[in-house]
Amino acid sequence: MAVMTYLQAISSALRDELRTDERVLIMGEDVGVFGGAFKVTDGFVAEFGTDRVMDTPLAESAIIGCAVGAAVVGMRPVCEMQFSDFISCGFDQLINVAGKMHYRQSLAVPLVVRLPSGGGFSGGPFHSQNPEALFMHSPGIKVVAPSTAADAKGLLHTAIHDPNPVCFMEHKHLYRRVKGDVPDGVYETPFTARVARSGSDLVVICYGAMVDVALAATEDLDGASVEVLDLRSLVPLDEEAILDSVARCSKVVIVDEANMTCAAGAQVAALIAERSFEDLDGPVIRVATPDVPIPFSPPLEQAVLPGVDRVKEACRELLAY
Amino acid sequence: MATDTAEPAGGMASANEHLQLQDRIWLLRAMLLMRGIEERAMSLYRQGKVPGSFYDGFGQEAVSAGAAFAMAPEDRLCILHRDLAAHLIRGVTPVRILAQYMGRAGGITRGRDGNVHFGDRHLGCVGMVSMLPDMMLVATGMAMAFKLRGERRCALTWFGDGSTSRGDFHEAMNWAGVQHLPVVFVLENNQYAYSTPVDKQFAVDPVERAAAYGVAGVTVDGNDVEAMFEATREARQRAVDGQGPTLIEAVTMRMHGHAAHDDMKYVPKEQVVQWRLRDPVDRQERRLRELDVDVDAVRAEVAAEIDAAATEALAGPMPVADDVLSGVFCEGEAEPLGDGQAPWSGFMGARAPAGGEA
Repeated sequence: MAVMTYLQAISSALRDELRTDERVLIMGEDVGVFGGAFKVTDGFVAEFGTDRVMDTPLAESAIIGCAVGAAVVGMRPVCEMQFSDFISCGFDQLINVAGKMHYRQSLAVPLVVRLPSGGGFSGGPFHSQNPEALFMHSPGIKVVAPSTAADAKGLLHTAIHDPNPVCFMEHKHLYRRVKGDVPDGVYETPFTARVARSGSDLVVICYGAMVDVALAATEDLDGASVEVLDLRSLVPLDEEAILDSVARCSKVVIVDEANMTCAAGAQVAALIAERSFEDLDGPVIRVATPDVPIPFSPPLEQAVLPGVDRVKEACRELLAY
Repeated sequence: MATDTAEPAGGMASANEHLQLQDRIWLLRAMLLMRGIEERAMSLYRQGKVPGSFYDGFGQEAVSAGAAFAMAPEDRLCILHRDLAAHLIRGVTPVRILAQYMGRAGGITRGRDGNVHFGDRHLGCVGMVSMLPDMMLVATGMAMAFKLRGERRCALTWFGDGSTSRGDFHEAMNWAGVQHLPVVFVLENNQYAYSTPVDKQFAVDPVERAAAYGVAGVTVDGNDVEAMFEATREARQRAVDGQGPTLIEAVTMRMHGHAAHDDMKYVPKEQVVQWRLRDPVDRQERRLRELDVDVDAVRAEVAAEIDAAATEALAGPMPVADDVLSGVFCEGEAEPLGDGQAPWSGFMGARAPAGGEA
């Protein structure tokens, strides 16, 4: 067990995989000699060489497409999108080639795409997005989004061991701000939800960077007992864990950092509407980024991203319902 | 890097030092099978037994037959919808192909994908997607893995003239050039992307652009199956010898519409007449007749095989919807591609295994 940042935990998972499985290969822009835009693969070239920690051309479609080709001939590629926003340039290869391959041809595509995502640091409209719902809408792609250092490592191990394409949503804002105990060596965290704090009056359902926001907002909420459910995995979605929390708490706030319309939380809300209607003691409340591009300037960005105050307000309103 | 230009239309020498008589018959047989299966499928389409639309490669048989014939068992292929002969050479059986067209349970994709979108993972073939030329990048990635693992193997893919306008063409050519990969790109220039002629597709011929990517470029008469074989054999040799990628431009003509519904009104009649004289099947038949091969017997054998396959495919069941939701994800271990058949006599005998991913 060691204390690591979220970023160090991701690095640790990648290093352990490179050491233990010769099929694992890291591909991306500036991931090699430079060590990655966020230094996740810093120092890797010295240990693993430039073949296994590969600086690729600036070509996202090619990064995903070539990873598919390598995967179907026995490699375990881990691709990095320098920013999750850039996946739009590789979308076709991910959605149409990787995602549909097994259903059509029974050919597995064991492939991980790491997607540094999220806002909060003036990245502007093209370095702040949360594109996870796009992948949720496309059959054949798993989507996970850790919120803690231990889960960042464990979910990445599970993703690399999975025989399917997995989008690993790693939140940039958590890279160096989140720290925690991380078990040694290779371990698998299941693609299921986690109760971050248990409670009985209300549940906040969230994932990624919104877990810390939810915990902070509900730490002392006029004495209410508030549960925080960290989804961790969006595909597969842990429906039983969601329904269980709703049954126990009866009031639900769902928080997405992504834009509101058709976000992961919309799916969660639909699930609850269909399956938990009798358990509810109030309307399902959603907090998310409004449907605007993420603006650059700090006061504008803070005005749209869900923060502690907005979550607190939503919870208070619902508790009073 | 020099750009070789093979002799274009007509009059290509028939002697080929790398092909024995049995190989040259095999090539004819593969083209006859492709044409016969596609003709049968078109007829089944008109009878309402092939759902959706139907796409064929009439007139282009030499491109896939010649290129696939040069590929070793451990090589990997990403096959386009005009390339049925490549499937046949790798070992996909006519009955499974006809069942595939008809959306039957016995088709390669068990009714999950249509027409020529199949491949066969057990035979080293990956089926295409409709976004072209996406598979160029998949083939590039396969070649990247071969090179990283130090294996003497090659990946090959086909794509059309229209595909060269898309970004994935550029990304694949560039990546393959930068990393000097063992990949063969076969550009099937059949003069039209659906209805759009090549002069509206590019200002500079793609094979001229190959040098700019660090990719060897060759133009071949795509209606001469032996010339296609030879160009691909050489490209494969360069690839496995570590001399990098090759773009082969196979000059051919799509003699049918883009799909069954397309009457090709946009193609000048004289263009079709001119290309009919260069039919790849006729050309190979003439060659073999001159060598006293009983071509009619080959034709009869192929026709009988197709009849039997059609009967069997028609008797096969449609898929049941019980498992329509299954298989979106792989639940077990990821099984990589297997080896395909490689009937060329040059692959028979003492060849050291090049290694495989399985």
